[in-house]
Amino acid sequence: MNRASARNMFIGATVIVSAIFLYMTVLSLQSLPERANTGNITEGVAWGKKVFERHACIDCHTLLGEGAYYAPELGNVIARRGEGYVRVVLETAAVQGWGTTRKMPQFDLSEKDIDSLVEFFIWMGKINTSNWPPNIEG
Amino acid sequence: MTYKYESQRVAFPYFVAALGLFAAQILFGIVIGIQYLAPDFLFPAIPFNIARMIHINLLVVWIIFGFMGSAYYLLPEEVEGEIYSVKLAWLHFWMFLVGGATAVVGYLFRWHDGREFLEQPFLIKVAIVIVVLMFIFNMVMTMIKGRRRTSITVVLLIGFLGLAVFYLFAFFKPDNMVMDKYFWWWVVHMWVEGVWELIMAAILSFLLIKLTGVDREIAEKWLYIIIGLTFLTGIIGTGHHYYWIGTPEFWQVWGAWFSAIEVLPFVAMIIFSLKMVSMRTKKHPNKAALNWTVGTAIVSFLGAGVLGFMHTLPQINFYTHGTQMTASHGHLAFFGAYAMIVLAMTSYAVPNLRKKTGEIMSQKAEIFAFWTMVISMICIALSLTGAGVVQVYLQRILATSYMETQTHMVIFYGMRLFFGATFTLGLAVYLYDFFLLKRASSR
Repeated sequence: MNRASARNMFIGATVIVSAIFLYMTVLSLQSLPERANTGNITEGVAWGKKVFERHACIDCHTLLGEGAYYAPELGNVIARRGEGYVRVVLETAAVQGWGTTRKMPQFDLSEKDIDSLVEFFIWMGKINTSNWPPNIEG
Repeated sequence: MTYKYESQRVAFPYFVAALGLFAAQILFGIVIGIQYLAPDFLFPAIPFNIARMIHINLLVVWIIFGFMGSAYYLLPEEVEGEIYSVKLAWLHFWMFLVGGATAVVGYLFRWHDGREFLEQPFLIKVAIVIVVLMFIFNMVMTMIKGRRRTSITVVLLIGFLGLAVFYLFAFFKPDNMVMDKYFWWWVVHMWVEGVWELIMAAILSFLLIKLTGVDREIAEKWLYIIIGLTFLTGIIGTGHHYYWIGTPEFWQVWGAWFSAIEVLPFVAMIIFSLKMVSMRTKKHPNKAALNWTVGTAIVSFLGAGVLGFMHTLPQINFYTHGTQMTASHGHLAFFGAYAMIVLAMTSYAVPNLRKKTGEIMSQKAEIFAFWTMVISMICIALSLTGAGVVQVYLQRILATSYMETQTHMVIFYGMRLFFGATFTLGLAVYLYDFFLLKRASSR
C-alpha cells in the first residue's frame, strides 16, 4: 500500500461510516417521543433542567450515569428516595452534609426552582434506559 | 537543529502558556483529590463541582494551546514558508489566554453554564469559536502561500476544522435531556475519540520524521492508515455512549462492535512509532523528545485502548457505567494521548526556539520528570480501577447505597492522592528544568 491508496481508504471509510451514523441518528431521534416521553416535557421539566444546569449539578452527581462520580445518581432519585425526601434536601436552608463522606453546597432555590427540579427528576425517571441502572441504588 | 523560519518563534509563548495552565490544572486536581477524602477542604468557598470544572476546563484549554503551538512550529517547515500573519497569531494567543483566565476566575464566582465540560458561559463560547476561526484562517493562508503541501498539514487542518465544527454543538441546548446528551457527545466524543486523534497523529508523524530521519512517504502512509482507522471505528463507536441514556437498543450492537475496534488506531500508532525508530537513519540528540514521542503512542494505547476497551462492551458497561472505572480510563487516556503529545512537541521544539538555539542541554531532569509523571499517572489509573472494582461489586451487584459504598473505597482514593502528589513532584521538576535550568544555560 502506498500513501495515495491509504488516503483513499481514509476518505472512503469516513464517507461510509458517516452516512451510516447519520442514518442511525435519524432513527434515534425518531425513537425519542416514545422512549423519552417527549410529550411530557412541561414548562416545569424544562425549567428544572435549567436549574440543574445553573448550579452545575452534573459536576458532582451523575445523570443516567454521566457526570462526575462524587455524588449519587439522580436519574432515578425519585424512585429511590421518594419525592418528599428530595424536596427536603432541596429545601433545607443549610449546607448539606452526609456524615464525613460528602458535602453539598446550599443553592438558594426558589419554590418554583424546587418544584421544577422535582418535575424534571420525575420525567427523567420515566425515560426508557434499557433497564439501566442494574438496581435502585444507581 | 535550529528553527528555520523566523515566524516559527511564535510557537514559543503557546508552549509556555500550555505549561502554566497545565500546572494550574494539576493544582485543582489535587484539590478535588483531597476533597474525596476530606469533604470540608476549601468547602464551601470552592466546592467540588467548581474545582472539578476548573480541573477539566484547564486541561482542554492547555491541550488546545499545545496543539496550536505545535501547529505554528511545524507549519513553516512543512509548507516551506513563513506563517501568514505572526501578528494574528499573537492576537489570538492573548485573546485565548485572557478568555481562558476569565472563564476560570468566573467559575470561582459561579459564572458558569451547567453542562459537563461545556461549562463555559455563552460569551466565552463565542470567544472560543472566534479564536479557533482566527487560528484556522491563519493556518489555511499559510498553507496557500507555502511552497509545499504535505499530508501532515492537510490532516492537521482536518483535525482543527473538525474541532471547530463539532464545538458548535455546544450551543445546542434542547429541553429534552436525552437529545441534549445525544448531541453533547458530538462535541465530547467527536473531539477526543475523533478529530483530536487526527491532530495527535499529525504531530506524531512530524516528530517521528524529524527524530528518525525516515522518509516522509512512509510516515504519511501510516498517518492515513491511523486516521482512517480512527474514523472507521470512532464515528459509529460514538454508540458506546448511547447504551443507557434513552437512545435505541440497536446502539448496543453497533456501539459494541465499532468501539471494540477503536483500539486499532492506537495499535497502529505503536507499530508506526516503533517501526520508524527501528528504521532510523540518524540518532537525534534530543532523547527526551523521543521518550515523549514513543511514550505517547504506548501510554495512549494503555489508557485509551486497553482501559477503554475494558468497559466498552454493553454487557460490562451495564455495571461499570458511571463508576470510577470511567475516571480511571479518562485520566490515563487524556494524559497518554493528548498531554504527552503536547509535551513531546514541547520537548522537541523548545530547544530549537531558545536564545542559544538548537543545542540539546542536559536532559537528566526532564527524563526524570518523564518517568515520574508517566508512572504516577499509570498508578493513578490503577488506583481508580481498584476503586471502580469495589464500586461495581458493592453498589451495582450487591445494591449497597452510594454513600455506604464510597466509605469502602477510601483506601483507593488515598492511593490516588498519593500518586497525584508524586505526579506533581514530576511536574515540578519538569517546570523547574524548563523555566529555570534551561533558561539560565541557554543565555
